[in-house]
Amino acid sequence: MTDSILRMRGISKTFPGVRALDDVNLEVLRGEIHAICGENGAGKSTLMKVLSGVYPHGDYTGRIEFDGQECRFGGIRDSEHRGIVIIHQELALAPNLSIAENIFLGNEQSTRGLIDWNKTNAAAAELMGRVGLRENPVTQVLDLGVGKQQLVEIAKALSKRVKLLILDEPTAALNDEDSAHLLGLLRGLRDEGITCVIISHKLNEVLEIADRVTILRDGRTITTLDAEGLTEDRIISGMVGRDLDHRFPPHEPRIGDEILRVEDWTVHSPTQHGRLLVSGASLSVRRGEIVGLAGLMGAGRTELAMSIFGRSYGTGISGRIFKDGREIRLRSVREAIRHGIAYATEDRKRYGLNLIEDIKRNVSAAGLGKLARRGWVDDNEEYKVAESYRKSLNIKAPSVSSITGKLSGGNQQKVVLSKWIFTDPDVLILDEPTRGIDVGAKYEIYTIINKLADDGKAVLLISSELPELLGLCDRIYTLSAGRITGEVPRAEATQEGLMTLMTQEAPR
Amino acid sequence: MSIAPAKQRELSGFAPRGPRRFQINLRQSGIYIAFAAIVLLFTILTGGDMLAPQNISNIIVQNSYILILAIGMILVIIAGHIDLSVGSIVAATGAVAAVLMVNHDVPWPLALLITLLVGAAIGAWQGYWVAYFGIPAFIVTLAGMLLFRAVTYNILGNRGIGPFPDEVRTLSNGFTDGYLGNIGLGALGGADLVSLLLGVAAVAGIVVTQWRSRAGRVRYGQAVEPFPLFVLKIALAGFVVMFVIVQLARFRNVPWVLVLLAALVLGYSLLTNRAVFGRQIYAVGGNLQAATLSGVKVKSVVFWIFVNMGVLSALAGIIFAGRLNQANPTGGDQFELDAIAAAFIGGAAVQGGVGKVIGAITGGLIMGVINNGMSLIGAPSEQVLLVKGAVLLAAVAFDVWTKRRAGASR
Repeated sequence: MTDSILRMRGISKTFPGVRALDDVNLEVLRGEIHAICGENGAGKSTLMKVLSGVYPHGDYTGRIEFDGQECRFGGIRDSEHRGIVIIHQELALAPNLSIAENIFLGNEQSTRGLIDWNKTNAAAAELMGRVGLRENPVTQVLDLGVGKQQLVEIAKALSKRVKLLILDEPTAALNDEDSAHLLGLLRGLRDEGITCVIISHKLNEVLEIADRVTILRDGRTITTLDAEGLTEDRIISGMVGRDLDHRFPPHEPRIGDEILRVEDWTVHSPTQHGRLLVSGASLSVRRGEIVGLAGLMGAGRTELAMSIFGRSYGTGISGRIFKDGREIRLRSVREAIRHGIAYATEDRKRYGLNLIEDIKRNVSAAGLGKLARRGWVDDNEEYKVAESYRKSLNIKAPSVSSITGKLSGGNQQKVVLSKWIFTDPDVLILDEPTRGIDVGAKYEIYTIINKLADDGKAVLLISSELPELLGLCDRIYTLSAGRITGEVPRAEATQEGLMTLMTQEAPR
Repeated sequence: MSIAPAKQRELSGFAPRGPRRFQINLRQSGIYIAFAAIVLLFTILTGGDMLAPQNISNIIVQNSYILILAIGMILVIIAGHIDLSVGSIVAATGAVAAVLMVNHDVPWPLALLITLLVGAAIGAWQGYWVAYFGIPAFIVTLAGMLLFRAVTYNILGNRGIGPFPDEVRTLSNGFTDGYLGNIGLGALGGADLVSLLLGVAAVAGIVVTQWRSRAGRVRYGQAVEPFPLFVLKIALAGFVVMFVIVQLARFRNVPWVLVLLAALVLGYSLLTNRAVFGRQIYAVGGNLQAATLSGVKVKSVVFWIFVNMGVLSALAGIIFAGRLNQANPTGGDQFELDAIAAAFIGGAAVQGGVGKVIGAITGGLIMGVINNGMSLIGAPSEQVLLVKGAVLLAAVAFDVWTKRRAGASR
């Protein structure tokens, strides 16, 4: 039976300045489990948002056929009406409502305009039975673990008579037992005739459960393969091999002594009790060295960086940090800054900048003490400092009194970098410094990073773009599921090799 | 990874604009223009009574405690919080001052100090729950509004306590003495020399500090406003100050509370503009997470802002009780609303991160002038409430509108 339930043809979707999807084709057969694989930024989630109507018809080009009919969804309600349900990585449940209320949220079981609670709870109990969730339907969702919450989402999907169930990284936050249960459940649903599309970074799971695999790279369909006889290596070689189309400024590293060493670093989740985000990670950086940290979404890169940066994320943090060979304790961001560590966030708008303030006040935000005498700021000096960074980092703005919220992404990033360079750090942790930035500005950022290393600073570079890591770093660590799975010198690093380490399922 | 459209908007690039830096910034100067227009309107409606010597003196003295509260409130609002309890704190601290001075004969300087410390303790109590325990300020201070009203009743019973020592009454209600006697001002009649000298000193101070600030900026190669505009602004400020002073000098000299207010405005303007602590208030209100990740001790900043609000509320409590010459269990009722309205009329943003001390003072004066002007023309009190409500709504609507028009990408 090779009847296809979904055909997406020539789907393209652009955001200003970025082509997220470029002529993507996807065909899903009725009753199969279809996996979609790709690097961060390959376009997987965007494709699923097109399919589910998050980006309505007209926002993209191309054609979607579902169940033999062309679909033009105006929103999620339209796609759900046709039986397409998407379960996002961040679960969309109302934590203070009961399981039953969540299952029928927006689809309330009512009689003459009033909710019929007996009907609701009975119907919920039946659906919960189908997904193997043994709980009371009136239990609040916040009392459930993530694994069970995931099952509530699936029960909710079933209540909508789902034909095509899309799961975005369903097992990323689950432990082994819950993952195994979920995968078993998906098989069961397939046998009931429900088609599943699963997005996953865990290639062993993909091979275990999928019937076919489609690989995306840089917004294009690379290939669709039968899972029969497929190997992880074959998937990886499809996922990587992104062209080295960014040019990187030439750089001759002058590497000195070790400056920062982290040993046996462990971080627990602040929201999910007992969940490990980073587990026993050890790494070091040396003066003048650019060290990469590669990992897929959810591997714990940002969590590792922020927990080192004065415990600004996570709980139950343990491990040791050595600076210049001496052990230091960084209990707050202030202490981290005082010890010469800087962290430039991956989300500059939310965590990096005060968007309603001007450039100079953002540049001085972390190093204000250097501009002040007895608590009073010298605002002329502040202007001078900001102006010098505007010139040296080429921040394109009429003056340093321009509001940062109105700058382009690349220029905002330069303001963030200025802020941290002004604190005169020895170690800079740069988290996705080129995310959402156009190619020209990327090159400028690369030049700045090289210059920092030449000035004797150590740079720890977190990036989702393997070519960027290969083009800039002297050494690259790979992180998978919170564990360091490899350390590769530049000369030996290849995209395939890194991706293998990044997808390696570390022993728990 | 999906790329959300909001994140991509930034890629549209920066369009360099022409050097129109010195066009009149409506959003910042609108408040002063509105103030001038309101004063002018009531001056016309009252046939000039609005600007009569005694009336100017009344406006200042009658609104002094609201203006003091507005200074504290603008800091709270810049940090992204709110304080609903200040009216009750005014009453409670007034009661403390009265009990100390009237019932226990504590010398007035010591009593004032203790009262201010009580205000600080109240502020610390609220600051703890907001900053360190993480309860929204709206709730904490709503509870405080009830709690400290109850405390006031506990202290005073159901009656007022008074009278206050002369020194306290002088601070609230009194005037600088004519130490140097009067001089004639021709057609304007006699005027107090000390007051006039104070005015001249204030204007000289404005000229000198503005000039030095401008010279400093020029030395560092910063853009400054064109010289004629600079001179015009200083001349305007000097004229307003001298006008008010001359009118006051013709009446009963400069009120002591105006001296106090001037000192507070100067001090807190400096604090917000130039002090590290002041900068951190804006950073916390503008983007809490970014401030945290820049090493600002966010919790401590919020805590001290509430302590400061408590101290200023106690100061307002003393002034208010001294003015009535008794501490009253119902005193200070709804002062918090006037102080909050003053801050928002004065250009504070609901989301925090924006606002100026001088703006809050202007906002408070706008409401004071409306109160005073409408009572001069004999408008009934419900109309005063109507107009004040409309002004508050219009001021914030204007702010939101200019922000949207500017297309600030937040």
